[in-house]
Amino acid sequence: MSKSNFTRRGLIRTGAASGAALAMPSIFTGAAWSAAHSGYTNAPQGDTVTLGFNVPQSGPYADEGMDELRAFELAVEHLNGEGDGGCLATFSSKVLDGTGILGKKVAYVTGDTQTKSDAARASAKSMIEKDGAIMISGGSSSGVAVAVQGLCQEAGIIFMAGLTHSNDTTGKDKKANGFRHFFNAYMSGAALAPVLDKAYGADRKAYHLTADYTWGWTQQESIQAATEAIGWETVNNVLTPLASTDFSSYIAPVLNSGADVLVLNHYGGNMVNSLTQAVQFGLRDKQVNGKDFQIVVPLYSELMAKGAGANIKGVFGSTNWSWKLQDEGTQAFVRSFGTKYGFPPSNAAQTCYAQTLLYADAAARAGSFNPCAIVEALEGYEFDGLGNGPTLYRAEDHQCFKDVLVMQGKENPDNEYDALEIVEITPRAQVEYAPDHPMFAGGSLGECNPGA
Amino acid sequence: MDAILLQILNGLDKGSAYALIALGLTLIFGTLGVVNFAHGALFMIGAFCAVTMQRILTISQTTIDESRTDFLGNPMKVETPYVENWFGPELGGAIIDWAVPLAILFAIPVMICIGFIMERGLIKHFYKRPHADQILVTFGLAIVLQEVIKYFYGANPIPTPAPAAFTGSFDFGVLLGFDPNAIIYPLWRLVYFVFSLIIIAAVFGFLQFTTFGMVVRAGMADRETVGLLGINIDKRFTIMFGIAAAVAGLAGVMYTPINSPNYHMGMDFLVLSFVVVVVGGMGSLPGAVLAGFLLGILESFASMNEIKSLVPGIDQIIIYLIAIVILLTRPRGLMGRKGVMEE
Repeated sequence: MSKSNFTRRGLIRTGAASGAALAMPSIFTGAAWSAAHSGYTNAPQGDTVTLGFNVPQSGPYADEGMDELRAFELAVEHLNGEGDGGCLATFSSKVLDGTGILGKKVAYVTGDTQTKSDAARASAKSMIEKDGAIMISGGSSSGVAVAVQGLCQEAGIIFMAGLTHSNDTTGKDKKANGFRHFFNAYMSGAALAPVLDKAYGADRKAYHLTADYTWGWTQQESIQAATEAIGWETVNNVLTPLASTDFSSYIAPVLNSGADVLVLNHYGGNMVNSLTQAVQFGLRDKQVNGKDFQIVVPLYSELMAKGAGANIKGVFGSTNWSWKLQDEGTQAFVRSFGTKYGFPPSNAAQTCYAQTLLYADAAARAGSFNPCAIVEALEGYEFDGLGNGPTLYRAEDHQCFKDVLVMQGKENPDNEYDALEIVEITPRAQVEYAPDHPMFAGGSLGECNPGA
Repeated sequence: MDAILLQILNGLDKGSAYALIALGLTLIFGTLGVVNFAHGALFMIGAFCAVTMQRILTISQTTIDESRTDFLGNPMKVETPYVENWFGPELGGAIIDWAVPLAILFAIPVMICIGFIMERGLIKHFYKRPHADQILVTFGLAIVLQEVIKYFYGANPIPTPAPAAFTGSFDFGVLLGFDPNAIIYPLWRLVYFVFSLIIIAAVFGFLQFTTFGMVVRAGMADRETVGLLGINIDKRFTIMFGIAAAVAGLAGVMYTPINSPNYHMGMDFLVLSFVVVVVGGMGSLPGAVLAGFLLGILESFASMNEIKSLVPGIDQIIIYLIAIVILLTRPRGLMGRKGVMEE
């Protein structure tokens, strides 16, 4: 026998609530509001909206992850009207006014990717399912970014990638719910090649050491294509295991191979060790084919440059952004970050800060947190004032197109944050490519997924 | 021929590190019967002794240079190491330049103390427990130690260069009649190899030619009988734990210019060093040294492009393949003794 909980007092309460709801102005109950604020995963309830920042807080890229986290926290502060506002004043879009996003105060949760795809997916899943995060951002590894982007696509969540440089993130693994502000391996090659041509000439023989995973492969393919286009010859490409710490047996045969340039398609600890060991082998003191032997590191990170110390002097590479840029967006961000933390931000931090503001801005312009509305607002969006100059979020692959920086290890740095100097700001037109470029072929964005 | 010589040379320095770590592991296993999975962490702590020495020597006085500005536009803070203030830029600079070799003096007492604390504070409670328990507790300790180091020093590698006199490389090719640049070898790796030979000789000499060493060797052979003679063998074994920790630490100190130290470097060496111990023969000191160099050189050969093109991925598994072959043909390892780790 069942027992009913229906009481006279309850009936009165329910009736009163229904009556009040029916009596409300139509603006609050209208179809437009309902459509915009329901029917998608983690539609914000109450007066806050939660963002999820998924960065490596442990593991080999923890320092980089911490710098990203600092930038996220700063972005949230600025969105909520705290601090000096940073780039809100310089951003070309003026819809963000320091009152949160769509009137909701911004809250955030963090996850630890450990720079492992499975751990990154687990922490992203937890932030989505338990914490109600409506957007996930973060990075430091392309393997992780691709894995988390796939998860967000399935869950109906927007993924604003942090540091991820593999062509695949917006190439064969691109997703409609994923967006990348950071540059990619193709752009590094396109920016570096003319500088290398000018500095070292067109008659060069290159030997590549390449990290054996998605980023390394696409980086090597890109820089090889770019340098061969200026007349360089590729002597050899040796894949090195990601877990390697001692590269001596890979470096030792280089001088005897006929190559006069060593290209290190390595990142993070791999780059620090391989560059240090190449210098120890005296490669940069040698002459081969009548020319000074040279080393090139296509992707630089300020934090890794610190790790390589004096070995990085004179070595060319590329970055997405530098705190040394003089535009007002950069100045505003560096001032906010430097005042709060006491040192200049890395380019990983800058991309995370920009991505958070771009998400907030897209939601504000769309008038909704619905992922499909966000996608629509970001696709083909042109903006400026965040530190990279005029930038386009291309609709076809959700890749940002902007100027790319060619950097060189500084001969006499003033301090540990001064290891790199800008040698050229490569204009956006020089690093652009067609959406169906062969290096990015094989995937499709698919449809945006709003989730629940 | 030059390629073969090149890879033999390359294998020597890594083999040196394997041999030194495996020597310490074997000393601990041979004396205390403990399988110490925290030994790689001792190597890592040794490396961070070099980092600490470098930081101590570069403790600086801050002055304001009004003529320059920092990234925020404020007057530039200029850091000048006290060592340079006290001894002048030339001598002070030279002292800082020699931070890594000087760290040896700092690392020896530090590592012996850490070894004592580890043995007395934790490991002695596990002497009579199964090897599985010892592995679990020492592995846990290794993780704690590396997290402590990460907390204080960060996760990224820290550059710790060799003295300027030892940067650059030596052209062995010219010495042996080959073309220039055919066989080049970094000077510091040569230093590391010679250093490891000295340490290995010192440990063997200490065990072979001192009364203390004789008692320790007797204790390793028959602990009970030595105890019945009224000798406090436990105390000597504790000292040997400290010495083994110092050997691992010194291996770490001198390795820092080869690979910039990071908190994870001990784990990178630990598993391979255990394979070295097993291949050399559990409890055999000469076996550990021999296997260390042998596997280091074989690993280097397996990284050759010519070999990798024949068997892709061989550089990642060569040590384990060799270990399987040796253990199948010589189950006690190359120089293992009967009765060690055999029920």
